[in-house]
Amino acid sequence: MDTIERKPKSDVSRRHFLVGTAAAGAGLTIGYVMAPRILGSATEAFAANNYSPTMLYTITPAGEVIVHVNKSEMGQHVGTALAQEIAEELEVEWKNMRLDYPDFTAFFTGGSLSILSTFMGASQAGAAGRMALIDAGAKQLGVKASDCHADKGWVIAKGGKKISYAQLVSTGKVDKVFKDDDLKKVAIKHGGYKILGKPVLALDIPAKTNGKAMFGIDFFADNMLYGKIARPPVRIGAKPKKGADGKELIDDSEAKKIPGYVQYVSTPDPLGVNTHYVIVLADNFPAAMKAAHAMKIEWDLGPNANVSSDDILNRAKELVADPNAGGLYWLIGDPKKALAGASTKYDAEFITPLASHVPIEPMNALAFFDKGQLHIFSGSQLQAAHQPMLAGATGLKPPQVVIHQMYLGGGFGRRLDDDDVMIPAALASKTVGRPVKVIYTRDEDLRNDFYRSITYQRLRAGIDQQGNVVALQHDVCMASSAERAAPALLTPSKDKGDKYKVDGSSMSGADSWYGIPNYGSRDITNDLGQRATPPGFLRSVSTAWTFFALESFLDELARKTGKDPVELRLSLLTAKGPNAGSVPMSVGGAERIAAVIKKAAKETDFHKKHGRLGPGHGIGLAATTHFRDTPTWTCGIAEVTVDKSSGQIKVDKFTTAIDLGLPINTDGALSQCEGGTLFGLSLAMYEEGTMHNGLLDQTNFDTYTPIRMGQVPDIAIHILANGNTPVGVGEPAVTVVAPALSNAVYDAVGIRLRRLPFTPTRVKEALKA
Amino acid sequence: MRIITVNGFTRVVDMPDDTPLLWVIRESLRMTGTKFGCGAGLCGACTVHLNGVAVRSCQTSLEEAAGQQITTIEGLDPAGQHPVQRAWIAEQVPQCGYCQSGQIMQAASLLQQNPNPSDAEIVAAMNGNLCRCATYVRIKKAIKRAAADMRRA
Repeated sequence: MDTIERKPKSDVSRRHFLVGTAAAGAGLTIGYVMAPRILGSATEAFAANNYSPTMLYTITPAGEVIVHVNKSEMGQHVGTALAQEIAEELEVEWKNMRLDYPDFTAFFTGGSLSILSTFMGASQAGAAGRMALIDAGAKQLGVKASDCHADKGWVIAKGGKKISYAQLVSTGKVDKVFKDDDLKKVAIKHGGYKILGKPVLALDIPAKTNGKAMFGIDFFADNMLYGKIARPPVRIGAKPKKGADGKELIDDSEAKKIPGYVQYVSTPDPLGVNTHYVIVLADNFPAAMKAAHAMKIEWDLGPNANVSSDDILNRAKELVADPNAGGLYWLIGDPKKALAGASTKYDAEFITPLASHVPIEPMNALAFFDKGQLHIFSGSQLQAAHQPMLAGATGLKPPQVVIHQMYLGGGFGRRLDDDDVMIPAALASKTVGRPVKVIYTRDEDLRNDFYRSITYQRLRAGIDQQGNVVALQHDVCMASSAERAAPALLTPSKDKGDKYKVDGSSMSGADSWYGIPNYGSRDITNDLGQRATPPGFLRSVSTAWTFFALESFLDELARKTGKDPVELRLSLLTAKGPNAGSVPMSVGGAERIAAVIKKAAKETDFHKKHGRLGPGHGIGLAATTHFRDTPTWTCGIAEVTVDKSSGQIKVDKFTTAIDLGLPINTDGALSQCEGGTLFGLSLAMYEEGTMHNGLLDQTNFDTYTPIRMGQVPDIAIHILANGNTPVGVGEPAVTVVAPALSNAVYDAVGIRLRRLPFTPTRVKEALKA
Repeated sequence: MRIITVNGFTRVVDMPDDTPLLWVIRESLRMTGTKFGCGAGLCGACTVHLNGVAVRSCQTSLEEAAGQQITTIEGLDPAGQHPVQRAWIAEQVPQCGYCQSGQIMQAASLLQQNPNPSDAEIVAAMNGNLCRCATYVRIKKAIKRAAADMRRA
């Protein structure tokens, strides 16, 4: 699984855009081929290379524009944003835009990267379509192309003669190839937008109000069996014991008494992502559940049978105390020396627990083999990796695996690891020769997640005699999701090189934009956590833990050095050197984080309230920047009331200011920020996984408790739109919540909460201390 | 064998009496708008109406449902234009959308019983319906919009 590209690439310069007829009668398709496989005409090229990943959109003879969405739809309304980008440049009316979801396999959806990575390509494709239609329209009208413009789906000549896109498409004669030199002429708009930067109704929403939206779990096949995996009582490492005859000690005699039970399939995970699957098959899912429960399996529980979450945390504390553990992820100046020489030193430790994705659609996959191909119906965020994984597991070649695209009933990063249900479904189907649909029950979903790791962080700061922060060292100990799932993402450490590689998805944020002259961060993989709690990618990934620690610690430093928390941050946001920013992703650099801090402080009257709200009431601020290469500039401010006797924190209001450059769908962006804020609040206050004997204690929503409506505070989101390159919006709002809340609690009652979640028990303990 | 009536259509179902109505609807009738989320009545994704009142179909057996009027999201309004559904679009509520059938069925049942719910009454009725995308702010707005629409009608 080494195919994730963290860095967005604009491949446009290596592509040739094609505007031609991909299928007779279907209309005009705009797509691309990778140079140099270009043929004489676009229509010939489509005929020779007629597979869907190259096709971006099609204009039908009726004048409708169908966008072929090549990103997974999991609630971010990404297809709508792609359609806006294309419609803006193509010059068509919004009401004519449609979406479809072809069976692409070569893509990845995550990291809040979809918009920023597709914006140029989709906009240019829209512009290329418009230019080809203007050329064709001018010919039809008998005028020069330079005397025509396009508007609302028409090519209009000077003097008013016009012809519609629909008519031009119906001729079947529009055919144009944009090669490298032509592409340079395909300029996109910079402002003056009609559709971009406006609120539009998301195109996927109507089907999500009437039961018609099809998620992975909603597909059936004739002659299908249902699979329920019979699980060992540890998360990972267990396999069935074998008897003296070499056979696995699996007894299905009780399962056989259940009407509908068919058989079981027992297999190691051929890819080693998990250990072993015993898939219990039945005619219907209730029978599969009962039969799985009735299976008698003697398990060799493996190395994790006694591991608890406390053991993992204690191991992390040992590792952080060991100066030789891990490797440097970030290094500016000489933090070690500067710390040693600082006149005053401060340090603090921060803890975050296991957290689970719990999409409301439990993990599921339908698999079947037909005509030498394996078909998979399952919501995936990483088809690009799942296709070769499935091929490897079933002895096929990647092109023989078709992953059908469908709505995801929540992703949040869980479905980057969707192979854990696709592969057992495929292996069971291969064994029994029938379609198999495997569904996780909720306890199974919680206990077999790829978790947000337990993290333990230590921050140390050195202050000079003038009260300036001259050194900061940030040590992060976690189980590394990239090391487990995507080692190609690891990079050499600053001190040990290839001998110890570091993980940006676990460390981002510990490389902040604050201009501290001596600034380092250390990546320390927790070997026990790595082994017992396979780590995954949970919405906003590391930036939800690194910034919790950093932004809480900065608040502490401000208090201890007698500075205002806004002024301290602004004094560090100098936008020089590595923090100056670069074109196009981070134009303005640290100045943009300063701008959102000022905006949020102004909107909340922060300075009138901070330290002045009276006993039990507080206000706190935090600012975050998402991933360094693809920053989204975000500031959150929490206003809270803390009841000392019960330990209850009530969030009265949460205000976020976020710089999105160019938000595509302003209402969609708002929706993502609202949801992100509450996701962050959920992680900060309500979600905690604990493990005993190698297995998560929590089994359902009575004990693992994401936020509910009654816990929702007043929320205000302020989007800054300054026309810079669009940036990601799915995750950043998550990251400001925990630290802003922790700082607000200090302002209210003078306690530092350095461990998530902020439960009443922890508040009361801190008050006693 | 049991006879059940879903969205006005009567069907004969050959599943054990203790089968949760959820799986009868999804597997036997292959109506997929009603969702499986937790299997324990803790998330509300499977909410349907039993004689017009919201119930969790994962906690209702085939035996209990037999002979009753069951309504699913597909049958709430023949054209998908129930005031709650219209309000859900107007307020752009759904994100991933998976829990929203259950949210809509719960909200429709609330407004049937209480045409002008207060904030606290909305929370009391909706707190059992989880949304992992956390679209709660908009759910609340949409319920108020739908309530106003229904009172005007």
